Amino acid sequence: MEPRTSAAICGMGHSMKRKEDPRFIRGQGHYVDDIKLPGMLHMDIVRSPYAHAKILAIHTEKALAIPGVLAVITGETLKGFNLHWMPTLMSDTQMVLPVEKVMYQAQEVAAVIATDRYIAADGVEAVEVEYEPLPVVVDPKKALEPGAPVLRTDKAGKTDNHIWHWETGDRAATERAFAEADVTVKQDMYIPRIHVASIETCGCVADFNKTDTHLTVYMTTQAPHAIRTVFALVAGHVGLSEEKIRVISPDLGGGFGGKVPVYPGYVIAVAASVVIGKPIKWVEDRMENLQADSFARDYHMTAELAAKKDGTMTALRIKTLADHGYADAAANPSKFPAGLFSICTGSYDIKTAFTEMDAAYTNKPPGGVAYRCSFRVTEAVHAIERVTDVLAAELKMDPAELRFKNFIQADKFPYKSALGWEYDSGNYKAALEKAMERIGYAELRREQAEKRAKGELMGIGICSFTEIVGAGPSKDFDILGIKMFDSAEIRIHPTGKAIARFGTKSQGQGHETTYAQIVAEELGIPAAHIQVEEGDTDTAPYGLGTYASRSTPTAGAAAAVAARKIRDKAKKIAAYLLEVSEDDLEWEPGKFSVKGAPQKSKTIQELAFAAYTNHPPGMEAGLEAVDYYDPPNLTFPFGSYICVVDIDRGTGEVKVRRFLAIDDCGNIINPMIVDGQIHGGLSMGLAPALFEEISYDESGNISGGSFMDYLVPTAMETPNWETGKTVTPCPHHPLGAKGVGESATVGAPPAIVNAVVDALSHLGVRHIEIPMTPEKVWNILREKGVAE
Amino acid sequence: MAQHQIQVKVNGTDHKAEVESRLLLVHLLRETLSMTGTHIGCDTTHCGACTVLLDGVPVKSCTVLAVQADGREVTTVEGLEKDGKLHAIQDGFWQEHGLQCGFCTPGMMLTSAALLANNPDPSEAQIRQAISGNLCRCTGYVNIIKSVQYAAAKLRPEAG
Ligand code: FES
Ligand code: FES
Repeated sequence: MEPRTSAAICGMGHSMKRKEDPRFIRGQGHYVDDIKLPGMLHMDIVRSPYAHAKILAIHTEKALAIPGVLAVITGETLKGFNLHWMPTLMSDTQMVLPVEKVMYQAQEVAAVIATDRYIAADGVEAVEVEYEPLPVVVDPKKALEPGAPVLRTDKAGKTDNHIWHWETGDRAATERAFAEADVTVKQDMYIPRIHVASIETCGCVADFNKTDTHLTVYMTTQAPHAIRTVFALVAGHVGLSEEKIRVISPDLGGGFGGKVPVYPGYVIAVAASVVIGKPIKWVEDRMENLQADSFARDYHMTAELAAKKDGTMTALRIKTLADHGYADAAANPSKFPAGLFSICTGSYDIKTAFTEMDAAYTNKPPGGVAYRCSFRVTEAVHAIERVTDVLAAELKMDPAELRFKNFIQADKFPYKSALGWEYDSGNYKAALEKAMERIGYAELRREQAEKRAKGELMGIGICSFTEIVGAGPSKDFDILGIKMFDSAEIRIHPTGKAIARFGTKSQGQGHETTYAQIVAEELGIPAAHIQVEEGDTDTAPYGLGTYASRSTPTAGAAAAVAARKIRDKAKKIAAYLLEVSEDDLEWEPGKFSVKGAPQKSKTIQELAFAAYTNHPPGMEAGLEAVDYYDPPNLTFPFGSYICVVDIDRGTGEVKVRRFLAIDDCGNIINPMIVDGQIHGGLSMGLAPALFEEISYDESGNISGGSFMDYLVPTAMETPNWETGKTVTPCPHHPLGAKGVGESATVGAPPAIVNAVVDALSHLGVRHIEIPMTPEKVWNILREKGVAE
Repeated sequence: MAQHQIQVKVNGTDHKAEVESRLLLVHLLRETLSMTGTHIGCDTTHCGACTVLLDGVPVKSCTVLAVQADGREVTTVEGLEKDGKLHAIQDGFWQEHGLQCGFCTPGMMLTSAALLANNPDPSEAQIRQAISGNLCRCTGYVNIIKSVQYAAAKLRPEAG
């Protein structure tokens, strides 16, 4: 789409340089750990070495004897305020600090408050805790076996570790379709625990003022308003009242879903500040971040496809076991315990489907969050895109051909999926065709055949994913009962400049730029003249925050609608000033002019001035609007990715030679930012495919709990991402946009796995679990007799 | 704990401080001197968010004691801009969208600036190698590499 506005206005379609960057490149970003308040104290946390143990005693005397240590807070302290447990977003409960037992390694046990962070750490060393180890449950399958130790003994009457069962689709019809199918395939797959590992960890500065009983919390949160309400609900009984709570989310050093939950550390810091009456800073270190904060994924899936001989898919069935750790602290919309997993029919016209899921408690940290993904979409896409390749192998069909055969055709939209979603728009064939052409698919297949003849291992993998983002329509989507709308409030100043405030919160996505561009697009005010603010609950309109690629679909839409309300009022002012009827006016970006007499016009700046100085009689002065946007549907970005890998027969190392991502996120606001989002998302898809995993031994000891063994890809492992696009505008979004932040994280892993499996398919390999580490791949090579 | 008198030149200005033996350079900068552009992203010397130049050489300031910087010269992100003019590497990161959340950015820019000081025309592989001790979770590195190349082109004498 060619931009409609000039470069001076910089509306949609311009690759405007980011407005937030001047502060970041000067080291003037303002992150939580940069905050220093007068009298501020520091908090550090004592953590459990055991995955499951009774707490017999906590000895705090030695810690309290250290000069500078002011307090040690334990579960007993919090119990005095009835704050030792808190609700999770999924109507479960989790401990803030334990009174009886710990449930995972690295769980918070006590908190030390001291005058500086070094002394707080000394205090942590000096706290002595006596534990009595209890039997540990790490495997969710074993957790559900009869006779497994029951973990949630706090829940009266709980006799097992089962959390919930969820299912959707037509079980009987799916069984029939499988019975009648020419071909069926079945694949087990496990998506391990991973962690968002934003480079900034989590933390807060809680500042309770005893005189006026106001609480200000500077906090690493993607959803400041929701957090304010949660604090008011959880701590109302100790006198925190919502009008006296201010949550400020300053610059965030990445979020990716990991900064949605309320972690115990935040609550302890708030409680400590309320009790002590001083500001308390808590910033976790990297090991705490990886070991105790919400994980993502951890899904054990079995996916089955039924098809006709010619490759037509007839039915899909997926059974999943979700490991939630010791509490269901997932960050899903309330009605969706398994998130949006039911997008698992993907880009294919599968008439019949059924999926069911059970969730189990284990001795691991609670979660899970949506690691750069719209609530379990990554898992769903992995399942369908992997099992599609398994079917292709079974049928000896090219995986591209199988996809073309089954794609939902462009003329079938809006399309109602077997599991109940109404896909708004799509053109899957066009995206895959474009990807194949640009990467030279046929040529790559020829090269692969030649290499194979020489014994070299090269693979080509495809993923044609469909996402479901922008949660969401209020009839189905809420978090703790609060509907998942989002908001924008725009005020035009007399001189024609503007401020726009939002209920979302950027973590690097560039909202200060893209939102300004949306307002510029709609009002013709240069984006450079529009100040965007988010993250302060005292000033921003209420919103549910930024995650699940929802900012553009919800708050971005709200910005457009609010701007249009302003334009409508400006039109009335223009009609008054130009002495014509509104019908005689036409709009071009930045001004209204009289039809047929273009020299008679008023710019938006002139109209803004008039709104305060010369507004029509009977009209309110001022030029501002608010919109709370409730999306009519979700949006369905999609894309086709092609990955080319070479495998080293000596080491088992997978080298991603090329990776091309063709994305369709509808109309684009800032192409430069969209490209950057895709680059970052691809890297966060590469990471779990090849490197990242958090695992536990039988005693519940973590591995992958520091950057020593949690392998975030560096520039050396990351390929030079290639990107491209098709544009299928969203029919129901005011700007035709769909959201893009997560597509690549969702689409990349199956493309990479499909490529590696493809490289080994002639050896009979049908599936490899992620992460595909050199060791794992080398063992397969050795088993197949091709290791060097 | 023993206290030490140290004198460190940071971005051209001398600072005297009395510090504990165990104080890390990154905390000297962030807490004692209130220069918060240098960030902390890990505790195992892996992320590079804390990178500064010590006598012109990139170091991870979370793994250097403040006393080790005594009598030496430190450059932080706050020292890149000179006389109101951005360093070419800062301009590069801005123009080429080399940052998203900005948390890794100060460390990335200092590592890159040191590379360019030694190698005015690095290849892509050399840039990747040079920044391999700095993790970025947002950008996928593609645009960081372009940012460094932009700065390299701008710094080369023939570019004027
Ligand atoms: S803080 Fe991570 S390397 Fe220094
Ligand atoms: S820009 Fe966020 S970590 Fe690099």
